[in-house]
Amino acid sequence: MIDFPNKTIERSSVELTKEDFVSDQLVKWCPGCGDHAILAAVANVFPKIGYRKENFMMVSGIGCSSRFPYYVNTYGFHGIHGRAHAIASGMKIANPQLSVWITTGDGDSMAIGGNHFIHIIRRNIDVNIILFNNQIYGLTKGQYSPTTPMGSVTKTSPQGTIEHPFNPGELVLGAQGTFFARAVDSNVKLMTEVMFEAARHDGTSIVEVLQNCVIFADKTHAAITDKEVRDDAQIHLKNGEPMIFGKAKDKGIRLKGTQLEVVKLGENGITEDDLLVHDQYQQDPGVHLMLAKMAPPHYPVAVGVIRSAMYPTYDDLVVDQIDHAKATSKIKNVDDLLNSGDTWEIK
Amino acid sequence: MSNKLNFIEKEDVVVKFVGDSGDGMQLAGTLFSDAAALLGLDLATFPDYPAEIRAPHNTIAGVSGFQVRIGKKKIETIGDEVGILVAMNPASLKSNLKWTCKGATLIVDADSFDEAAIKKAGYATNPLDDGSLAGYNLVKAPISSMTREAVKPLGFDIKTADKTRNVFALGIVYYILDWKPDSTLEYFKLKFKKKPDLIDANKAVLEGGLNYADNVEALKSQIHISKAKMAPGRYRNITGNVATAWGFLAAAERSGRPLFLGSYPITPATEILMELAKYKSLGAKVFQAEDEIAGICSAIGASYTGSLALTTTSGPGLSLKSEAIGLAVMTELPLVIVDVQRGGPSTGLPTKSEQSDLMQALFGRNGEAPVVVIAASTPADCFNYAYISSKIALEHMTPVMLMTDGSLGNGSQLFRIPKVSSLPDIKPPMAVANDKDYKPYKRDPETLVRKWAVPGTVGLRHRIGGLEKENVSGNVSTDPANHQLMTDLREAKIQKVADFIPEQEILGDKEGDLLVVSWGGTRGTTQAAVEELQAQGKKISLAHFHYIMPLPRNTHEVLAGFKKNIVCELNSGQFVNYLRMKEPDYKYLQYNKVQGLPFTVNELVSKFNELL
Repeated sequence: MIDFPNKTIERSSVELTKEDFVSDQLVKWCPGCGDHAILAAVANVFPKIGYRKENFMMVSGIGCSSRFPYYVNTYGFHGIHGRAHAIASGMKIANPQLSVWITTGDGDSMAIGGNHFIHIIRRNIDVNIILFNNQIYGLTKGQYSPTTPMGSVTKTSPQGTIEHPFNPGELVLGAQGTFFARAVDSNVKLMTEVMFEAARHDGTSIVEVLQNCVIFADKTHAAITDKEVRDDAQIHLKNGEPMIFGKAKDKGIRLKGTQLEVVKLGENGITEDDLLVHDQYQQDPGVHLMLAKMAPPHYPVAVGVIRSAMYPTYDDLVVDQIDHAKATSKIKNVDDLLNSGDTWEIK
Repeated sequence: MSNKLNFIEKEDVVVKFVGDSGDGMQLAGTLFSDAAALLGLDLATFPDYPAEIRAPHNTIAGVSGFQVRIGKKKIETIGDEVGILVAMNPASLKSNLKWTCKGATLIVDADSFDEAAIKKAGYATNPLDDGSLAGYNLVKAPISSMTREAVKPLGFDIKTADKTRNVFALGIVYYILDWKPDSTLEYFKLKFKKKPDLIDANKAVLEGGLNYADNVEALKSQIHISKAKMAPGRYRNITGNVATAWGFLAAAERSGRPLFLGSYPITPATEILMELAKYKSLGAKVFQAEDEIAGICSAIGASYTGSLALTTTSGPGLSLKSEAIGLAVMTELPLVIVDVQRGGPSTGLPTKSEQSDLMQALFGRNGEAPVVVIAASTPADCFNYAYISSKIALEHMTPVMLMTDGSLGNGSQLFRIPKVSSLPDIKPPMAVANDKDYKPYKRDPETLVRKWAVPGTVGLRHRIGGLEKENVSGNVSTDPANHQLMTDLREAKIQKVADFIPEQEILGDKEGDLLVVSWGGTRGTTQAAVEELQAQGKKISLAHFHYIMPLPRNTHEVLAGFKKNIVCELNSGQFVNYLRMKEPDYKYLQYNKVQGLPFTVNELVSKFNELL
């Protein structure tokens, strides 16, 4: 049994299956949408995590990704645009026994909810955020988002966008994120794996899923996810293993000076020993940031768990402070409070 | 003490301490009111401070003040006119003289009236010498130099000495009132436990002030106020913001629901956040969010997961919370939103009080989004209304807007301490585990209230959110008839709250020539004005409203018995227009003021006299 650092959340006494989490609602995403695969991954991973099914809490904001809670049979709350992180913060602080999961999109979290996104991460509240990054506003039908590549023609950028996009990983690490993983919607196994790792991590976990919107930004991630190119365009990071990728497993990543470099094994005498070995648990985010930023054409995109560093969580510290105050304060109830300080009797 | 002066017996007296912000006027006022309370007097206080923390030295903009009214009868207001003004510099004298009564005692720090400061205050000549203050009892006390003298033997420098000038002034006022400084000395002992030399310094300065007053000839009389006749019980002094915080703590304890506050600092509501942050020992979870929206959204999250959830703010913050209040309406979750109103619009007058958020509270949301609106009326009753707001929110599964204002929040009053067990029960409609009949929007037929199913409970997994839901099942629905039904149900549920609130009281006869209608923080002045005219035999009564949405069931009858109705409020006419909508059978006169200032009793009396 894999050890879970979180002892607060009660575990299920019976083995759960996918069926325990199927809701009775009709799934209304477009056929071919990447969201279906994310739903499949969640259905896979929740029983594996093993918490009581009543202790799962799904929270969302607005957008296609935010319909998610209706499709999972847990406690669920569909909030308002951009505010899922704030709502979830209240839920987890108020009720640490819940395993809180947020489903959100690039518009919901990077634009209207950007402030809440960076602050929940900074506080390291123990929630899991699945960030559906399709680089477009889908539910409002095709406007550019904060992650749309510069120059893209969309309904609100007929001449191409003139905005520099966010790289979510960079934003997460800039906000002192303790956990960041990336997956692609076409790989349910990988999604399941990183979601499990996210659940295991005590702190704010962000899983960015490169998700395809078939209607408004179809194939936006094709250069990374297409069958023909994916082995060379992605590197699956595994803790403790050298960073090797490519169809022929002949390419690797090494540190040259202050930068990462893609090298070919066997060329110029380069061996596995020259490659970086992934350490997802290291505290210093320097290499994690470089890995999160890797992008074509010069680098593969990093998938898997990029960072998983241990820091105290906000919700644990709240409980610690309350326990300490209860043990040391003279004010044990509201009558004590009302009668504290300067009071006097009038007869 | 000296017996050379005459004693004048008075019912009440208004004292105001004014000076540069940083002169310690708020502390002087607080120490003074604590001393009064411990002597058995009733009191009301109000701090009057600028928005800037330290505005330029010696300017009008930088004047900070603290007004206290003490008396032997029930004190309802902070008083229209100041009887004893302590002014630490020319600017504070200039900006406050207009609030003093004829013949008021002016205690000024004569040392501060140098040429530069006089000019900076906008005086052409020195008011202490040019005869302009001839109608006052002027005490030109060299406070700065005497304070320095007082601490010199203890080895303090000028800078430290000048920080205790306020204490010297306090000594003079204590002398005038013939008070012993015991409670204040006790305060210094506690406050400077680790710096005993400061205890000695403050003691020396306070006694310096008393001795100076004993010797100076300018003081012609002392004032004597006998103890107030108050209902027996244990009392304390409390500000409206602290009372609000404590009311919530009491409601959490009685309801058994843990308290969660999500809030963002904003004047003049911040004290509630700071106050609740102190009581982790009572299990209070206080979350200082990244913005106003996160404040309320975190509270909504906490509410869904079973907490007594609160958010506190002032007008601009309430604007930011509007969308989220709609979410709480749609999800029918308990939530108390406190609006400590200030002058608006926009940033407006952050440190001044107004009642101009009422329409925003009632209607400031998209869609048909009714909420309960309740207003507290005195600093002490903020406790009661915070408690009642929580009770209604929890038992009726609805957002409740609790309206207070800057003068209530910062003002203080004596508070008779209740026993928590004597407060009304709070019984939230909790759904029980494995309830086979549980449906998210299944309602109690009497109250139309849905059940509260807290995550973690077995057998009650469900999803809700901001999309319109089908009644009973809670499934997402765009069905036209269902939307009509849900809209009507949400409204009816709020109206049903009227069955659980008290009927509207009338102060005075139920019939007469003039009914004064007011709401919220103006009660002290409207009541004092009405009582004054009642004492003269006028047929005038007061209906002061605490419950605004829904209105008390007997509102129609209350308004029926008078030849004229006048609605008085510190805005351009928001409650009066609401009444015109809800009770259209009557004609309403109105009296409004939007100056960032409270009503004065005098202006109300003269207005009412015009109508009688």
